[in-house]
Amino acid sequence: MSKPIVATASLAGCFGCHMSLLDIDERILKLIELVDFHKSPINDIKTFTKQCDIGIIEGGCCNTENVEVLREFRKNCKILISLGECAIMGGLPAMRNGIPVRECLEEAYCDGITVGENTERIMPNDEELPIILDKVYPLHEIVKIDYYLPGCAPRADLIWEAVVALVTGNELNIPYELVKFD
Amino acid sequence: MSEKIKFTIDGKQCEGEKGRYLVDVAAENGVYIPVLCHWKDVIPAGSCRICTVKINGRFVAACTTPVEDGCNVENNTPELQDIRKAIVEMLFVEGNHFCPSCEKSGDCDLQGLGYLYQMMVPRFPYAFERRELDASSPKIFLEKNRCIFCKRCVRMIKDEKGKSYFAFKGRGKDLEISMDKTIAANISDELAQKAMDICPVGAILKKEVGFATPIGQRKYDNVPIGADIENLQKTNGGKK
Amino acid sequence: MNEKILGIIEAYGRSPYRLVDILLSLQKEFRCVSDEAVNIVASELGLSEVDVRQTKSFYHFFTTEPVGKYAVYLNNSAVSEMMGMADVVDEFEKLCGISFGQKTADGLISLDHTACIGMNDQEPAALINSVVFTGLNRQKVREIVAAMREGKPVESMVTEYGDGNNAHPLVLSMVKNNIRKAGPVCLGEYETGKALARSLTMGSKAVIDEVKSANLRGRGGAGFPAGLKWQFCAHEAGDRYVFCNADEGEPGTFKDRVLLTERAQMMYEGMAIAGWAIGAKEGILYLRYEYLYLKAFLENVLEEMRNQNLLGKNILGKGFDFDIRIQLGAGAYVCGEESALIESSEGKRGEPRNRPPFPVQKGYKNNPTIVNNVETFCSAVKIIENGAAWYKKMGTEDSSGTKLLSISGDCKMPGVYEVEWGMTIHEMLRMVGAENVQAVQVSGPSGVCVPPTQFNRQIALEDLPSGGSMIVVGKQRDLIKDIVLNFMAFFEDESCGSCITCRSFNMILRRQVQKVVEGRAIKPDLDNMKDWGEIMAKTSRCGLGQTSSNPISTTLANFRELYEARVKDEDFQSDFDMEKAIAESCEAVNRPPIVHE
Repeated sequence: MSKPIVATASLAGCFGCHMSLLDIDERILKLIELVDFHKSPINDIKTFTKQCDIGIIEGGCCNTENVEVLREFRKNCKILISLGECAIMGGLPAMRNGIPVRECLEEAYCDGITVGENTERIMPNDEELPIILDKVYPLHEIVKIDYYLPGCAPRADLIWEAVVALVTGNELNIPYELVKFD
Repeated sequence: MSEKIKFTIDGKQCEGEKGRYLVDVAAENGVYIPVLCHWKDVIPAGSCRICTVKINGRFVAACTTPVEDGCNVENNTPELQDIRKAIVEMLFVEGNHFCPSCEKSGDCDLQGLGYLYQMMVPRFPYAFERRELDASSPKIFLEKNRCIFCKRCVRMIKDEKGKSYFAFKGRGKDLEISMDKTIAANISDELAQKAMDICPVGAILKKEVGFATPIGQRKYDNVPIGADIENLQKTNGGKK
Repeated sequence: MNEKILGIIEAYGRSPYRLVDILLSLQKEFRCVSDEAVNIVASELGLSEVDVRQTKSFYHFFTTEPVGKYAVYLNNSAVSEMMGMADVVDEFEKLCGISFGQKTADGLISLDHTACIGMNDQEPAALINSVVFTGLNRQKVREIVAAMREGKPVESMVTEYGDGNNAHPLVLSMVKNNIRKAGPVCLGEYETGKALARSLTMGSKAVIDEVKSANLRGRGGAGFPAGLKWQFCAHEAGDRYVFCNADEGEPGTFKDRVLLTERAQMMYEGMAIAGWAIGAKEGILYLRYEYLYLKAFLENVLEEMRNQNLLGKNILGKGFDFDIRIQLGAGAYVCGEESALIESSEGKRGEPRNRPPFPVQKGYKNNPTIVNNVETFCSAVKIIENGAAWYKKMGTEDSSGTKLLSISGDCKMPGVYEVEWGMTIHEMLRMVGAENVQAVQVSGPSGVCVPPTQFNRQIALEDLPSGGSMIVVGKQRDLIKDIVLNFMAFFEDESCGSCITCRSFNMILRRQVQKVVEGRAIKPDLDNMKDWGEIMAKTSRCGLGQTSSNPISTTLANFRELYEARVKDEDFQSDFDMEKAIAESCEAVNRPPIVHE
């Protein structure tokens, strides 16, 4: 029987969740016995070439590219996991939600105290750039998400336990210390 | 002497003084009923509803209901646990609770209940309403994004003439917590500290301190909320 | 300005208990309660500014910015919408050049909505500077706006007066009574003072016993036995109070309006009888702000009754002292809840109290207090006059006597009907001339939406209890949009917010109904709405939150097919709309809103 295939991505996140995944330390050797990795920043595979079993996504959707990648994951993965606060509720990037995006852009590029001289009030608008969305969206508001692993970052043990349970089909019993929102 | 009465919580025999609020008597019997707005010996607000229990089949708030002799209280049933989890989830979507950036994280009662009920994702859609932060007082921040309307500060933080530092403003969907800028300008260190301590979330914070306790050593990092109450009987050896 | 403010504060004895009255006077004088005024009031009453502001911001009719010289408050309840509110809104907005929620640049006219003003039998209706305008249409709006532009006094815009006391010199209102059926209790023959005289000879305990034996149950909707309430209160120590609840805010009810207009003496007499029964010296009539147009008249009736020695000192020479004052509300549905009404009368936010203690133990100013509905007091008068046996002959076994129904909506003869308890919905619909009926909303938004298959049910406390509101919904209506969504928006606005489940779940549920109406919902949303509504009902503190999911739960139970026709049969649905999500940022940075695939 072939091993389940895992893909991962970081959208509007800080890669902290991926770092936490690496914090499973030597168990990473066990992990690659259990699963194969496809598209992921870990192996730098950039495009889907086959159907995957599990997609693990960190970060929410703050721009059009995030939405595209997320939708691509939904198409190519049987199971999608929201990993971390940003994926689940937008996280720190979502602190701008509720503030009009124009105000945010002006603060970032024109009026903020760390902005240098920008008398012409130029804001990045090259067509190549992804477009900023009106707010940062939790993943499950855009595509169907199957599982959620909270934390900022989710504890390495939580990720480990969850992935192993999912792959082996064993029951998942999460110890109290592992579910944290920070 | 008040009259002693006997009653049960989830089948467990309990005793206490007639007329006192169930939530307090339960705690003395080693039974934790979760609270967010309740504060012992302060007039109850009955506002957060997280302490909802069933007495003889009726839903009531344990913080506003006096114990009666012979009553049968349901507390930790799947039905009530789901209701409480729903209330916690609802609070997480109606305000803006960014735990990773909150000074109260780890010591926050709302978060502690999220952990207790293993909230993975709220079942309700996020509101992301814009709320303000009032930093006008030299001693405290009022971070309205995090307020859960428990009214502890409204009820407990008063000046020597009985004037309120905090009060509600508006109603229903426009309800917000507000701070009296005039008197909060001169709030004492002691009262500022008290305001922060009684706030179950990170809505009231003392300025110039924050993140003092390292992660791993905070209130709810390793021990669930309510564990102190549930353990009481063990440490007491069951004596009253 | 300061002197005027100080004068107003002085007029109410510098009492924080009269804060609502003080704010009402300020609003009337300055067309707003400014921040400056708040600060003066706070410092004069020894309160903090947020304390004053928390009361002020609770009520609909207090504003921080001045309302227009003509302040239009148009009712946006379901029946107003059914009767053509959209045209009225359109005409007002077109002629004034502003939207609802705004004020003309010259400050002449402000347009706002308000919840049901108790005129459901003559909608669309509005308050303009507290003067009632009924049966509005485009033509009438044109006349009103023209008169406002000419600067005419609002009173002069009322050219025809209604029947009965609506034409009384102290009322002069265009409101019609629309009494379609007068029964033997509240709207039958009545001679002022007879029952009170009889009570004073009976003794207080006998009065309570008579009311108990008549099985008079509260007419506000909850149906608590009035005699029992009086008995509980009479047993408590302290200065007891009698409150009359004239805050009928349940959308669709207007029967107390008619009693206040035509049976004020009877209501006051009932209060005095209750006062005698429980041993109270003071009564308070809590009058909703929307009925301000009746206040001068009601004050005058009090004065007349004092002159007849039916109120005041040593009533009818029997050594009984009892007097009544009127307390105005300021626009808050939840104040119809008895403990919220007491809080409001104490000058505070109208937030319901926790119980125990019950108002009969600790009510107004922590004294034993009974709160009864206008109709309850009127019924008590007849019970004392004719005896419990006479009364119990009417109605059903569990619901004795008669009930005033306020019937409105899609029927030929909307108005007030005094009927015996036990009438079926079928009989009621025949009585009011209603055909092609899709549903009847019994007892207002917090009641039950009854489908035709259940029209043989009885209007009675043991079957279909009603506080009086009966809204007939014709087949031509979109039940979910016109009724359920309107009701949920009403509850979202009117939840006091002091208990968190009611505040938030009403918001969440309103959005869910909106989703259904806009065709964005999926099947699981329906189960969610049911489940979430149940959580709110189980956990909320007062009747508002305990019943405000009823519009959803009763229509889901009785009209599920209407929902199913509008939801998608999918297990996931995203509300995400890329075009909408990028519009603002593209505009801000000046780039075309095109997403490259």
